[in-house]
Amino acid sequence: MMKFRFRRQTTDPQREKIKQELFAFRKTVEHGFPHQPSALAFDPKLQLMAIGTKSGAIKIYGAPGVEFTGLHKDTTAVTQILFLPGQGCLLSLLDDNTIHLWELVAGVTREVGGVKKEGVVSLREVDSYCLPGRPGIESSSATRVTVLHLLKSCDLLCVGTEGGGVYVLELPRLSLKENQTLLQDHVTQSLPDDYRCGKSLGPVESLQEHPQQAGKILIGYSRGLVVLWDLSSRHADQLFLGKQQLESLVWERSGNLFVSSHNDGGYSVWAVTNGNVYNNQPVSSTIPYGPFPCKAIPKILWRTTQSSSPVILYSGGMPRASYGDRHCLTIQQDKEHVTLDFTSRVIDFFTVHNVDDDKEFDDPSALVVLLEEELVVIDLLTPGWPSLPTPYLAPLHSSAITCSCHVTNVSTKLWERLINAGKAQQSRRHTHKSWPICGGKSLAPPPKQQELLLTGHEDGTVRFWDASGVALTPLYKLSTANVFHTDCDPVDDPHDDPDMQQEEEEEWPPFRKVGCFDPYSDDPRLGIQKISLCKYSNKLVVAGTAGQVIILGLNDERSDHLVDVSVMDLLQDREGFTWKGHDRLEPRLKPAPFPPGFQPLVLLQCLPPASVTAVALHAEWNLVAFGTSHGFGLFDYHRRNAVLARCTLHPNDSLAMEGPLSRVKSLKKSLRQSFRRIRKSRVSGKKRVLTTPTSKVQEANAALAEQEEVAPVQRRIEPRSADDSLSGVVRCLCFADTFLRDGTHHGPTLWAGTNSGSVYAYALEVPGVGLGRTCERGGASESSMCVEAVLGKEIQLMHRAPVVSICVLDGRGKPLPDPYEASQDLAIAPDMTNAHSVLIASEEQLKVFSLPKVSAKTKFKLTAHEGCRVRKVALVLFSSSVQEDYSEHTLVCLTNMGDMHLFNIPGLRPQVRFDCIRKEDISGIASCVFTKNGQGFYLISPSEYERFSLSAKVLTEPLCSVQLHRHLEQTFTCDGTPTHMQANGTHKNQMGQAEGKVDVPLSTLPSPLLDTPLDSPLSCADLTLDSTGELTVEDVRDFLTTVDEEENNLRNMKDEEGRSPGILIN
Amino acid sequence: MNKNHRVPSSRSLSAVEVKSKFGAEFRRFSLDRSKPGRFDEFYGLLQHVHRIPNVELLVGYADVHGDLLPINNDDNYHKAITTANPLLRLFLQRKAENTFATDSLTRKKNTVLSAVLLRPDATKKKPPVIISLPKDFRPVSSIIDVDILPETHRRVRLYKHGQEKPLGFYIRDGSSVRVTPQGLEKVPAIFISRLVPGGLAESTGLLAVNDEVLEVNGIEVAGKSLDQVTDMMIANSHNLIITVKPANQRNNVVRSGGGGGAASGSSGRSSDSGNFSAGELESDEDEEDLVIEAGGEAEPIRRTSSNYSMPSLPRYEPHLNLRTATNFSSAFSIHTNGTLPASNSSGSLNNTNANSATPSPDRARRSLEEEGTVITL
Repeated sequence: MMKFRFRRQTTDPQREKIKQELFAFRKTVEHGFPHQPSALAFDPKLQLMAIGTKSGAIKIYGAPGVEFTGLHKDTTAVTQILFLPGQGCLLSLLDDNTIHLWELVAGVTREVGGVKKEGVVSLREVDSYCLPGRPGIESSSATRVTVLHLLKSCDLLCVGTEGGGVYVLELPRLSLKENQTLLQDHVTQSLPDDYRCGKSLGPVESLQEHPQQAGKILIGYSRGLVVLWDLSSRHADQLFLGKQQLESLVWERSGNLFVSSHNDGGYSVWAVTNGNVYNNQPVSSTIPYGPFPCKAIPKILWRTTQSSSPVILYSGGMPRASYGDRHCLTIQQDKEHVTLDFTSRVIDFFTVHNVDDDKEFDDPSALVVLLEEELVVIDLLTPGWPSLPTPYLAPLHSSAITCSCHVTNVSTKLWERLINAGKAQQSRRHTHKSWPICGGKSLAPPPKQQELLLTGHEDGTVRFWDASGVALTPLYKLSTANVFHTDCDPVDDPHDDPDMQQEEEEEWPPFRKVGCFDPYSDDPRLGIQKISLCKYSNKLVVAGTAGQVIILGLNDERSDHLVDVSVMDLLQDREGFTWKGHDRLEPRLKPAPFPPGFQPLVLLQCLPPASVTAVALHAEWNLVAFGTSHGFGLFDYHRRNAVLARCTLHPNDSLAMEGPLSRVKSLKKSLRQSFRRIRKSRVSGKKRVLTTPTSKVQEANAALAEQEEVAPVQRRIEPRSADDSLSGVVRCLCFADTFLRDGTHHGPTLWAGTNSGSVYAYALEVPGVGLGRTCERGGASESSMCVEAVLGKEIQLMHRAPVVSICVLDGRGKPLPDPYEASQDLAIAPDMTNAHSVLIASEEQLKVFSLPKVSAKTKFKLTAHEGCRVRKVALVLFSSSVQEDYSEHTLVCLTNMGDMHLFNIPGLRPQVRFDCIRKEDISGIASCVFTKNGQGFYLISPSEYERFSLSAKVLTEPLCSVQLHRHLEQTFTCDGTPTHMQANGTHKNQMGQAEGKVDVPLSTLPSPLLDTPLDSPLSCADLTLDSTGELTVEDVRDFLTTVDEEENNLRNMKDEEGRSPGILIN
Repeated sequence: MNKNHRVPSSRSLSAVEVKSKFGAEFRRFSLDRSKPGRFDEFYGLLQHVHRIPNVELLVGYADVHGDLLPINNDDNYHKAITTANPLLRLFLQRKAENTFATDSLTRKKNTVLSAVLLRPDATKKKPPVIISLPKDFRPVSSIIDVDILPETHRRVRLYKHGQEKPLGFYIRDGSSVRVTPQGLEKVPAIFISRLVPGGLAESTGLLAVNDEVLEVNGIEVAGKSLDQVTDMMIANSHNLIITVKPANQRNNVVRSGGGGGAASGSSGRSSDSGNFSAGELESDEDEEDLVIEAGGEAEPIRRTSSNYSMPSLPRYEPHLNLRTATNFSSAFSIHTNGTLPASNSSGSLNNTNANSATPSPDRARRSLEEEGTVITL
């Protein structure tokens, strides 16, 4: 308090302007597959596909790069979506029985990267409607909408309900046409007595308009009755008295036939012949997977082809006993019959086919299947119906993501080699037909540079993604499992094997495995924990859960070789420690074939085989440093020589020996418990639309009961003690060419930081580097010399908070360039004339120390001031959006509160603060990864990355236009700003979320080093310091506490409710 | 006094080796551990062995932690004898010299220490029980900024001094009522929920259960979550200043007169409070990070982190907890054998280096339970 009184805050208007030109926060696009999809629709005219999710988001996809996102006000599941073909409008039905109308509208001209873009389109909700309940009937379920159908004329919407009524709404105003309503009584009157038998017809299951005669709709009731209803004359043309419970209906294109699918796993073909009002028997009825009881066929499609018999596509229908648990979709044409066997539930599917009225046949070209976890597209034109690789909507989580790493500015050469390696991997079952969903046009400028996103997965694979643009496209997949000898020896791809294929064909039903979502890991020890890629030397280091560190090199040829194995004991001869965790993975003893791409060179196994917590690669010195919860090691992979092993264990650190797997288990358990608690609190705290007095009493009682359960939340205030558990965990490692021992000689150094606030600095003797010193020694030839490491400094941070990152700054206060960048003139050479400094970021403080005498220069006590702790730190180069050549190196901190703090370096003065991630979203915070130019990614669900931008200049966001059949009017909001682009498809706290708050700097610490704005954009040599994706114990603790907090708040709310009279009626 | 004392060896069972230093001269003699006698006898003995019969002396000894502690009454004399292990090092000074804690004297001259309760002339008169010089006390807590805070609030400073005594309190969240233009409004707030018996917070008597926490080291807690406040307190734990609204408002400082308010009674307000918040908040020396230079020898792997870890200092077990009404501006938790403040509190390694007189006795035996009496004034 006093401090701020004495330190008058001075806001320099000049500086504020520069800040605005440098920093701007925006969530730009979501990559990956939408979490929990619940509805699918396709506009054949605009070639756009829409996916609705359980969280109330609608996402529209067209050609790669074309994406629109809309978000309903309520987080209610989207159950159905319908496009108004060609109009750029769509209707959505939500789980709360409301119908919403959305429109694609053109925003004002946007300026992107100095180029004006006109006709940028965004998605906006324009209207909503809720079907009124019938007067006198209490239950709302009678008017619960089961099915929507849009007439071809696009002006009428038929709504089928649970009560069996069909309502007609006028579009686009969404008004009910009262006189058109068809209630069940109307239909039952015309039924023969023996069919009627006093029972209701059940909910409306399907509504389908006659393909040729407008105004006639086919109404399918659950009990099996199908009625061809004429809307204009309001009478039933024909009645089809089905006996079997109905699931769906589909017309044949000519309108002479329709097909119904049933609950018993069968489908029937009905002929629509004039004259006959009652039709008792279908033309044919088939149960394809009979004769044993089968599951229902929820949806069937019947598509005619010019060349041969129609293609029948249906989901489900599997024999209940033997394959009842499979998620299948069958494609049938003549004798050809394929049962696509998916790994997740089929949500919906559609075909891409001719819709023009003048064409006689459907001639489907592609089948698009939306599954719960991925999107599968089948090419129906190529014999054998192969699957098409998707250019977007990739299932990031095909195996759970365990870590991620971002590489900017990848050279074209490496890029091409990766693409080629990726192409070689694609199985024969893929075709290279063009993508069938190609609506819209992306207006976004082509990416200036190629960006790679690497994700490490639980099954030991590393996936390389093209993250340069809006669509995150898979490039290449690296598997590390074949380095090891695992129980189920991995065969690359089961359906690559011709023998297996033959077996498949003999099998009935003729299953074919499709899709890549496979959440089941063979061995959890294979999980990838850390990735580091050197883009200049094409060396990759991948470290995993069982203490394996694999060094890989890029090779364009297939190769069979034996991988060198080195074992490093990090415990040295410490006594009294016994590893109780998992065993190490057994390396393969025979040479293994490695496909083109990254091929392992050396396998480094640290003992005890604890999970690797930090990794650093310096390809120029051929050195790899790695750390676990026991210590860290340094390895020269060129000479296959272990240089250093250092134990960081504290004598009374017992937890470190338990091993991560047992910990993971308890962690998962506690997570599950806390999720349960959240769910419980959500249920009781949820706003109900319909609240009856009885339910209120129940709610109040439940709240009371819950209140008794929860113990008061309190926190112990104790200073951090030295003997905290897991104090020896190595949190970060870093190589730097700097001054460690004296101010005149610089040389290679290695820095390591631990969980208990210790920093170890080693001076390295690398043959050939720092030539002056090798000459002194004289004589010894370079090849025979080994790398040596000598401890230079040990720093113990007195506040003992875990060291999150270490980075060395050069004489100008800029971060040192990456390996090779200086020697190959790719970056400005670091200033070696002035004194260097080291930036050490702990969870609580940011500190800059001068080198070689480690004395504190500047610091910022983030936790002491803000009460939040640092989770991720990165040094980012921000370029000005106005001045071409102006840029600043900035330290970006993500805290456990989910906000971003930006500091200048080395002054460590706070610049801005943005709210980014919800603080409850611990996996989001843990998965956050920064790019070097001011963007970042974090997981918003297991399958989606949210991309955000902190930079005012560097943005990757969808900018698309769509050629609509209606007039696109420009919309302006009252203040003239463009309509807000809603890029986040998941509900978040909306307050101040999108436009990050700009905070006034808290303290203006006088810093001896002033900002040096003379920095060219060429020196993009900043370091992304940490890309950890793991959950730390603190994360979980934070999470649990926030949950507690929520509960507490809820409790407080309930307290108040409890006091207000009129709720507790007994 | 020595009932819990663990006797380390049979040799020291009977006699205590004493090495006494006065000026440049050393004297060695021994005392019977079981029958140490009284302080005035011991004082006479010292004057005798140093042959300075008429010199007024200040007697100090180095305790196991390297702190220079005074001997001026029977209690701390017995304490010195019982804890001496194996050697009792004494440092004698002429009374005028007054070199106890010279470092802290210069540093803390204008701080709370000057607002002490005992006048210097009082000590000269030799009251029946001498409890060391006031400067020799280490302040444990203080109320600061009395003059600028509303009467209903209290700003309490807890001194950790690098020692391992726990801060010892818990906080919780709850709701408090604020007066706003719209009327009374319920807002979330942070409260002290529990005090750990024997902890620093309890021993000061300045914090109590259900006190509402308003600020931590000058930063308002309004709008911050329980975890943020927890983290802030822990991050500031070496020098924690919390502003509370006490649940019990009866013990507030009652300021007579108008705005300024004259100092009433004992020491109603401290004149020096401004120095704290302005200067001390920024003082970083008490958390200097430790840098160890390796000599350049290879094979550093064996080095353990315990080389420089903080020695676990003994926990205090207060016997007597006299708590008076808290309308003093400064509260001291005082050890009868008052610990002399070290030059700074940046971990004991620095302490030992700075204090060259400290003989750094056998560090292995630091598990002693130091017993003393805590008086809260």
